[in-house]
Amino acid sequence: MKSLEQLLAECEEAAFDLQFKRAKRWKAEDETRVIVGYLPTYIPREIIHAANGIAVGIMGTGDRKQIIKGDAYYQSYICHLPRGIIEMALDTNLEGFDGFLFPAICDCVRNLSGMFKLSNKGKFQRYFDYPQNFSAHIGGKFYIQELEKVLEDIFNVNGVRVTTESLNHSIGLYNTNRQLIEAIYDIREASPWKLSAVETYYLLRAGLGMPVEEHNEILEQVVGYLQNERGEPMDNTRVVVSGSFCEQPPIGLIKSIELAGCYIVDDDFMLGSRFIIGDIDHHTDNPLSALSEAYIHQSTFSSAYYDVGNPKGKRLVALAQRRMADGIIFCAASFCDPALLDRPELQKEADAAGLPHINFQFHENTGQFKIIKEQAGTFSDSIKLWA
Amino acid sequence: MSSHKEAIKENSMIIQKEMLAKQFKDLSMAKELGKKVVYTFVPGNLTELILSFDMLPVYPEINALQSGMRKKSAEYIRDAEKIGFSEDVCTYVKCDIGMMLNGNIGPTGEKIPPPDLLLLSYTGCFTFLKWFENLERLYPGVPVAMLHTPYQEDGVMTEDQINYMVKQMKEEVIPKMEMVSGQKYDHARLSKMMENSAKAEDLLVKILESAKLVPSPIDAYFAGVYYIGPIFTAFRGTQEAVDYYTELWNEVQQRIELGLGPVTPEGEIKEEKFRLVVEGPPNWTNFREFWKIFYDMGAVIVASSYTKVGGVYDLGFRHDPKEPLESLSKYCMGVYTNMNLPQRVEMLENYVKEYKADGFLINSIKSCNSFSAGQLMIMREIEQRASVPVGFIESDLVDPRYFSYSNIKNRLESYFQMLEQRKIILKQEATTI
Repeated sequence: MKSLEQLLAECEEAAFDLQFKRAKRWKAEDETRVIVGYLPTYIPREIIHAANGIAVGIMGTGDRKQIIKGDAYYQSYICHLPRGIIEMALDTNLEGFDGFLFPAICDCVRNLSGMFKLSNKGKFQRYFDYPQNFSAHIGGKFYIQELEKVLEDIFNVNGVRVTTESLNHSIGLYNTNRQLIEAIYDIREASPWKLSAVETYYLLRAGLGMPVEEHNEILEQVVGYLQNERGEPMDNTRVVVSGSFCEQPPIGLIKSIELAGCYIVDDDFMLGSRFIIGDIDHHTDNPLSALSEAYIHQSTFSSAYYDVGNPKGKRLVALAQRRMADGIIFCAASFCDPALLDRPELQKEADAAGLPHINFQFHENTGQFKIIKEQAGTFSDSIKLWA
Repeated sequence: MSSHKEAIKENSMIIQKEMLAKQFKDLSMAKELGKKVVYTFVPGNLTELILSFDMLPVYPEINALQSGMRKKSAEYIRDAEKIGFSEDVCTYVKCDIGMMLNGNIGPTGEKIPPPDLLLLSYTGCFTFLKWFENLERLYPGVPVAMLHTPYQEDGVMTEDQINYMVKQMKEEVIPKMEMVSGQKYDHARLSKMMENSAKAEDLLVKILESAKLVPSPIDAYFAGVYYIGPIFTAFRGTQEAVDYYTELWNEVQQRIELGLGPVTPEGEIKEEKFRLVVEGPPNWTNFREFWKIFYDMGAVIVASSYTKVGGVYDLGFRHDPKEPLESLSKYCMGVYTNMNLPQRVEMLENYVKEYKADGFLINSIKSCNSFSAGQLMIMREIEQRASVPVGFIESDLVDPRYFSYSNIKNRLESYFQMLEQRKIILKQEATTI
């Protein structure tokens, strides 16, 4: 059995393997297996799993790959994520991927789907449209039709038709995955010193590139280890980090926040893995309908999703209060319209709830963290001294 | 630099000015007139449906561009940034919110009333969603009707997508319109309006396609934005729009007969030196200066994507009185920004060929990802497929901080020199053969 440190080291390596070797190895074992890459934030990975595929999260290149060709495809005022993804597509990183899914979260990701179409990357490229109508018989039906399109895409590649049983089985596995992830966040809520935000990040991001069965095993072991004491409690400020649901902050930035005296007790870094709150029915005759119901009724909040009737500002405050956070750090990628357009309203709600906040912007390849560390440190100190 | 001379105006321009004046007058008196006000967007708008309930539409992006042209946008954007909006985000949104913070005074100097209904026609631009979430909070208690237009992901409109939209209209949009207006949905009235829509659309297509003539009698970008005004906004489906386009078409026909070039604020272009297809919206803060760079060089825009954001009528779509709701659905899904990139490239490539363009130019807008993301790839594709020189300039919609006259002029002059040189080479090659 591997030690916690070994598991974390394995996850760190897997999280930033931009060649996605683990997924490619898995695919190589059976010719009907497929790899479907998806962009942030959320894709119901269950359907890909049920179709004998692996859904691989493509979260950008971060600061791990030099962008040479990608910059020639984007103006300076477009966020950094798509230029890294184009760089990978033009390089060898995405070779062996059968298809790509582009969730409807912003115009950049939407148009990137068209760029993949124009370049014929993969055997299919699909913009995955979320319904913005939340009635089961209107938006729910539309969502099921979107799921069916993806299943048809995969069928055209590997000839595998999903069954009720295979879908239920996959949903069950992802239910376990979400339960384990939430268990880790709950442990960190009570004892944030046991597992740092960076370590948590490795654990979650690694899961985007390996079979869910393997990820569940790792998570189970980690949850087991975290029942024991680890690390020393410190007099840190507890913060929620919000706004990094798509382009990911570099690890150095997360570390800087922690080193500045903050426990990150919740965040939206790997939001897709935590997007559905609670379990999805996996003992059903209609699993696609169950997935649709879950999207409509059990989704978490994010700037990339319309918040009709359930304002995300209030949900963010409720999350911060549940996690007993002292403040909120708004940490959005530069030129991220969804996150930045939400910021004034979220700040207003935080103010109304008496939650102190700061904000800064980043690029996934930001290399200088001194100012961010100073800002976060001052923020933390001010809460400790004056709040 | 900018000319302060009074712009030369044709009769159709005067008619449009009067139409707009009346529209804003009606809006300012909405309460007295007992009219309800609906805020909505230009791409994928449901104007006929709104008008069929005797409600008045307001288009926030039109207010923003008008603010840009009236040199008000800088102040509005600054005020929005003061309350927390980032420098990085859409300037239409910031301008609109800034305008609201400053009393919501419209382009005619009259106050635009607050909305009775926020109709979020979510078509082709993700920011629309965020914009209306903000408006929803700025106008608490005002009902919101969401119409989600599926993206043309596969480059087609499916029956399922059309049914999805029609259902949303029947179960979400129309009931809220009935509630706000106090009137019942009138299918026959809507259908009748669509007859007018189709008539105006036929005329608009004739006008825009007149630019296929060499020399072109119109400029399909700078003047084009005026031509699309009534049909893209509050007048589609009305007799006034049909009358306006009839008058405009008559004027264009006269220009064709007389062999006249496009009308500019300083008179007709005397010699058409370059024919261009332009992708992307124009800059509004320095609109006349921007246009002048082109007409001073004899450059005529013969086709543009921006004049298709409110409908791609030249690709054959017409509102259909027989199926008004289905037709509105197809209209929404068909607008330019709801087309996928391969469709956009194909359309632009055809424009370059069919309109005999000498070049293809992109005006990339700093704060509009719906247009800008992917434009550099579009440019490469057009260059390869249509074999014409391509150009690229950058500005913004309504933020004057991102309009650099010298930079744009320098780039365009270099581009025009390249086009000139290419013409000489092509001529020499033709002579040699």
